[in-house]
Amino acid sequence: MLSTRRLVRGLTTSLIYLVLILLCAFMILPFIWMLSTSFKMPDEVFGFPPVLISRKASFMNYTYLLEQKKLLLIVGNTFFVSLSSSLLSLFFCSLAGYGFAKHKFPGRGPLFSFLLATMVIPGAVTMVPVFIIMRTLKWVDTFLPLIIPGAASAFGIFFMRQYISSINDELIDAARIDGAGEFSIYSRIILPIISPGLVSLGLIFFMGSWNNYLWPLIILKSPDKFTIPLAIASFGGAVGLTNYNAQMAMSVISIIPLLIIFLAFQKRFVEGITAGAVKG
Amino acid sequence: MAVARTVPNVRPADTARRLTWQEILKARWAYFFIAPFYLSYAIFGLYPLLFSIYLALSDFKGLGTIRFVGLDNFRRLALDRVFWQSMENGVLLFILYVPVMLFLSLVLAVLLNSGRVRGFRFFRTLIFVPYITNMVAAGFTFKILLAKTNGLVNIALGLLSIPPVPWLEDVWAARISLSLLIIWAWLGYNMVIMLAGLQTIPADLTEAARVDGANSRQAFFHVTVPLMRPVILFCAVMSTIGSFGLFTEVLTLTGGGPMNATITPIIRIYGVAFGSLQFGYASAMAYTFAAIIFMLTILQYRFFGREG
Repeated sequence: MLSTRRLVRGLTTSLIYLVLILLCAFMILPFIWMLSTSFKMPDEVFGFPPVLISRKASFMNYTYLLEQKKLLLIVGNTFFVSLSSSLLSLFFCSLAGYGFAKHKFPGRGPLFSFLLATMVIPGAVTMVPVFIIMRTLKWVDTFLPLIIPGAASAFGIFFMRQYISSINDELIDAARIDGAGEFSIYSRIILPIISPGLVSLGLIFFMGSWNNYLWPLIILKSPDKFTIPLAIASFGGAVGLTNYNAQMAMSVISIIPLLIIFLAFQKRFVEGITAGAVKG
Repeated sequence: MAVARTVPNVRPADTARRLTWQEILKARWAYFFIAPFYLSYAIFGLYPLLFSIYLALSDFKGLGTIRFVGLDNFRRLALDRVFWQSMENGVLLFILYVPVMLFLSLVLAVLLNSGRVRGFRFFRTLIFVPYITNMVAAGFTFKILLAKTNGLVNIALGLLSIPPVPWLEDVWAARISLSLLIIWAWLGYNMVIMLAGLQTIPADLTEAARVDGANSRQAFFHVTVPLMRPVILFCAVMSTIGSFGLFTEVLTLTGGGPMNATITPIIRIYGVAFGSLQFGYASAMAYTFAAIIFMLTILQYRFFGREG
């Protein structure tokens, strides 16, 4: 009896491992193919039999992107937009989170409920009017619409408030008694303590901005201002006219910074994602 | 600092009002700190919402005057076959990928959490990585993999003597291809959330069930799943909003699908708004869409959100 049980258990565990490995293969395959195609020649993209590393493999597509397609400019644009919008958002969200978490003031409850309520409204409704506003402000085809509107994000404030709530009140009260101004309490006490949370939230903002396609598509018109997703899409044309190799090369490049950041900050990443979904 | 002094003949209401104003003054920093959000929302949230209603009742085409046309846009919307097809696609896609994805992510989370599998970090990272890919890159890559002639998938199927599948040219195959792309991208995300949820469940509960004679499957369905209900609900709600809000992955992979088989509401709204510049009509469409989504979300919470 006992040995049959152990046999079944052993088999199940092996089965589980098999499924997991197959699943991981499914997850990795697109990346491998992306990488492989980026080093191929145009006629090899749909070559038969399929090759992983072609004999004609070269960096040609990458140099093409660098020299003829302003790769550095586009990556620079994306970095600039993602970084500035993340930092700006972190500032405003942590400030507001501190306000909600550590201050009692008339109307705090209703004001916060209102903030939560704004998260339920789908963004599609405001898409058109906000564009019209941007057009009136002459902000179309600039980076401003990608940075400013999302600066005070309801989710970010919700996250920060939750985070800051757990800070010991005595720390803050002591500082207040010592005569410290509210803003310096924020910058000298709160910010250092919540820095892991800032990283988590910052990662979410950064990644969201880096990968964003719809809004930059609406706002940016000149190729010189394109962000990476826009640039990748610009290689896609009608069947036969699409430069798949350049597309894949650009795709590889789009992933590398995020991959590095993710691998370096895995724990913070996970913390950012699970906040709001799971209590505690 | 002014101190409140009780003055004879003052009415309680006056004192209360004075105290509130003093409270507000005392807490002025808090108001400063939270002000940017409300300011920003007034400009980029509230005003657009109201302006959108106005637009929805007009035939504004991007330039010129905004002319009031009453409910014409909504009448037109009722007959807009593409729009309603896109809503139907939202439902179909939801059915195609959400149950599979949620079930898989839960099972994976339970497996990885159970300690039965070594290399937890490795598997979790690998399954999660697709989430950080931008959907343009992912969409085009899948497009290459699923190409009918000599796409890698069809080549592999050919090895098993299966004829090439028109992954992106057939109505239902395209929907399935899209579902595969979405599951690929979001499985890790949902799994990580489920994992976090599992970690809040005390291990002794499942142990207690085991002691009482339940086997693994029973423990899973009768202990784990009910306790995970809030987390599962959260993922389900996110997926609902997600499946109707798909834009990038659809536009990249199928462009709206063979004969609008995969078009989504957002793509339709975008096309009407920025393709043909019919801002008025697009606003009416967006509002109707938002209202439907909103109701669906509320329904989901009402139906499934009861604390068990």
